[in-house]
Amino acid sequence: MSLDTVVKAQDDSKDRGWLQDGPVGAHTFGQPYTELGLKDDEYQRIVTILDRRPTSSELAMYSVMWSEHCSYKSSKVHLRQFGEKAPASDAMLVGIGENAGVVDVGQGYAVTFKVESHNHPSYVEPYQGAATGIGGIVRDILAMGARPVAVMDPLRFGAADHPDTRRVLPGVVSGIGGYGNCLGLPNIGGEVVFDPCYQGNPLVNALCVGVMKHEDIHLAKASGTGNLVILYGARTGGDGIGGVSVLASETFDADGPAKRPAVQVGDPFQEKLLIECTLEVFAEDLVTGIQDLGGAGLSCATSELASAGSGGMRVDLDKVPLRDATLAPEEILMSESQERMCAIVEPGKVERFLEICAKWDVIATVIGEVTDGDRLEIFWHGEQIVDVPPRTVAHEGPVYERPIARPAWQDALQADGSEQLPRPRTGDELRAALLAVTGSPNLADKSWITDQYDRYVLGNTVLAQPEDAGMIRVDEETNLGVAVSTDGNGRFCKLDPYTGAQLALAEAYRNVATTGARPLAVTDCLNFGSPEDPGVMWQFAEACRGLADACQVLGTPVTGGNVSFYNQTGEIAIHPTPVVGVLGVIDDVTRRTPIGFREEGQIILLLGDTREELSGSVWADVVHNHLGGLPPKVDLERERLLAEVLIAGSRDGMVDAAHDLADGGLAQALVEACLRGGNGARIVLPEELDPFVALFSESAGRAVVAVPRSEELRFTDMCRVRHLPVARIGVVDGDALEIQGQFTVGLDELKAANSAPLRGLFA
Amino acid sequence: MTARIGVVTFPGSLDDRDAQRAVRIAGAEPVALWHGDSSLHGVDGVVLPGGFSYGDYLRCGAISRFSPVMETIISEAQGGLPVLGICNGFQILCESHLLPGALTRNDHLHFICRDQRLRIETSDTAWTSSYEAGQEIVVPLKNGEGGYVADERTLDMLEAEGRVVARYLELNPNGSRRDIAGISNAAGNVVGLMPHPEHAVEPLTGPTTDGLGFFTSVLKKLVGA
Repeated sequence: MSLDTVVKAQDDSKDRGWLQDGPVGAHTFGQPYTELGLKDDEYQRIVTILDRRPTSSELAMYSVMWSEHCSYKSSKVHLRQFGEKAPASDAMLVGIGENAGVVDVGQGYAVTFKVESHNHPSYVEPYQGAATGIGGIVRDILAMGARPVAVMDPLRFGAADHPDTRRVLPGVVSGIGGYGNCLGLPNIGGEVVFDPCYQGNPLVNALCVGVMKHEDIHLAKASGTGNLVILYGARTGGDGIGGVSVLASETFDADGPAKRPAVQVGDPFQEKLLIECTLEVFAEDLVTGIQDLGGAGLSCATSELASAGSGGMRVDLDKVPLRDATLAPEEILMSESQERMCAIVEPGKVERFLEICAKWDVIATVIGEVTDGDRLEIFWHGEQIVDVPPRTVAHEGPVYERPIARPAWQDALQADGSEQLPRPRTGDELRAALLAVTGSPNLADKSWITDQYDRYVLGNTVLAQPEDAGMIRVDEETNLGVAVSTDGNGRFCKLDPYTGAQLALAEAYRNVATTGARPLAVTDCLNFGSPEDPGVMWQFAEACRGLADACQVLGTPVTGGNVSFYNQTGEIAIHPTPVVGVLGVIDDVTRRTPIGFREEGQIILLLGDTREELSGSVWADVVHNHLGGLPPKVDLERERLLAEVLIAGSRDGMVDAAHDLADGGLAQALVEACLRGGNGARIVLPEELDPFVALFSESAGRAVVAVPRSEELRFTDMCRVRHLPVARIGVVDGDALEIQGQFTVGLDELKAANSAPLRGLFA
Repeated sequence: MTARIGVVTFPGSLDDRDAQRAVRIAGAEPVALWHGDSSLHGVDGVVLPGGFSYGDYLRCGAISRFSPVMETIISEAQGGLPVLGICNGFQILCESHLLPGALTRNDHLHFICRDQRLRIETSDTAWTSSYEAGQEIVVPLKNGEGGYVADERTLDMLEAEGRVVARYLELNPNGSRRDIAGISNAAGNVVGLMPHPEHAVEPLTGPTTDGLGFFTSVLKKLVGA
């Protein structure tokens, strides 16, 4: 049964309003709740809450708001620890639960940032799915009172050479560009990862950063009896109905019905007007509460605003401006039409509010008011169609303790370490391995993708991809800035989700620190398979626990994020893929440290310990197509120490380049630093290490830095005083990467290998 | 007295703040102009900034061209007011017939953002007098519909009259005829440019500061005059 049929069937029943049934037991009243994604017990719970048969509109609201996507019903019990274990942080101004977390970055500025998924829509319709993913996260940031200043996109696709990747990737990339470029937001980073596990379930995550003054923070709550509810932005259409319940909260069937109508369609021009209009409204202090309309549309906005406020709201649904006059009230409540916001405005300020909307050609309509009751009441041409306690819709949905079981295959997987695989021994073999690794799609130059994004607009981009983190200047007078990096490694998480999640955090944290910024806070997008699979739930629980524990040690609280379950086609789930975004602050962006070796003669130092850690590595993947063993060890205290050294090195002007070591190990870090800076390097590997291990191990807690000769002693003394291992491994020189005693590769050859894969496959 | 340079904001303009910053760094006073206000508020020159005015709907620049502010700008430009159209601004100038030709979808069909090498072909315009003819500069380029086209006669005329202001070097990023990155009107006061000099005015945020010359050029002309 399609959604259209469901809604039509409800139309025909002619009972949008009240039924005369009294208190009821376990009846279903023939309502199509299963088709709307509700389980039997969930439906019964609604009947119990209301003590009667829900109206079709109420059923529509509960079904979308109690969907996995909106209610976090399977994840809530695990997500709680992000709050419970949160390290004490003076920086946190607004925590989990609002549209996005807000962090104090000093000088009266606050920064809000969040990463979200738009995975399912992007597989069904890559362009619009990815485009509206940007639109949604930007409105979340805007709703906090901030001007959005940058976006980033962590992306994961199936095998680079798979035919369907050629359908999905170009569509996703042009959707992100088409929407983000038109909004005027610089795209400053992200990730592009290929793995067959994402073939039927690509991950399209989107992060947005916004900046405001402390006093500009706005919250999503409806308070003040008599205040008016204003819906503004685009007209409501029939797109995206059931997006959260049907698309994002179910597993894809191999041959199920087409789900394209459940994907929203974006209009970035409308969103740009909405941004400017909203910021002007904020500047004149015209709103008491605000919420964007995203997943679950008006159902979500009205119930959340009312639930977080005093509790009562009355809405006349027939006042909602429509794109399609034939829409039924249930459809209006469920529609996920984009580019809409809902504001709570005092009566005396409504006129000015509407004037500003008119200036920006934004349609604004008073659709209701805050009442002194505790019910959300919705009317349709005078007839009451909804009468519910808003908390039961928005905040008191079902919570599940899903069964958890460590997968039976986990032990065998962990026993099959990549350390046992045949290794390159000679210089020629090492050279071939380096070219294979650096020429693999995952480590290849991503400029074919990132050149489709505007990284310059707004004029405050200090660092953008392929740097370790994106960096934005916040204040043009003082040079205060923020840096953001996102990282995730599904392969490590598959081997051990607890450690894998910590490695993702450690890498993002390190990436922020290499630029010279001090990591402050975390956002996460937790991409997993079906929560109804106990093995997946175990992965999820372990990843959450790992992340929460690590945030505690690093002193970086999780400020918000998003869970995406059901990234699974049939029985095959994706690798567990928590994507972690870290935000840092830098007092003076002119002190930022880029990754490239820009000056010949500078000394190259390796910081941290290299162990024989090859399981889950890029080398094991590219050369042996192997995944097994245990991921690299995490030492969070070491990560803290490394970050302190990198930040001090930047602040005191000792370091001219710094690059973190992660995928592809030292070998890839050197390739990237050389290519970025346009200079070669002569490297002498540490004697105590096997050359192969030195080059390709992916031990965490490491970075390479280039320091001027005059600063070498000061820098290495600082490392020794702080007990951070430091080894001089070479010098920036020439136009080749030379590993002395092993091999030499010219920069031209490296560049050719590194830039070939993506342009070859997609250009 | 400092020159006052207006920067127009249309619905969907994106680089208006950047253009204002560039004007300020060049030493002039930026003045925000609004598309719905036909007054230019006494400015000495105008920048039409980049962006996606009206979402590029219908055709890039086709709707903005009819805004009240453009009516005034068209008539003042014909009287010699210096006008620089960058990217979407260039598209608006072509739609307004202040400049000949049109900008079409990039030949490779993708949006492209890159640091672009250009050769300034003439210093005889209001916006390029700070450069030497033949000077090479690097400024950001970012467009989806930046392919400059005109009929052969028009192209020949532009070349013959020295109205090709800048040309792409090393790589033609969008399929522009004869590698044309920017042109001027016959009087040299109106210039349309596809690349973005306003993104190359600070060493911190731009690939170079090569773009500043466009803004100091107009200042020199105005203060000198």
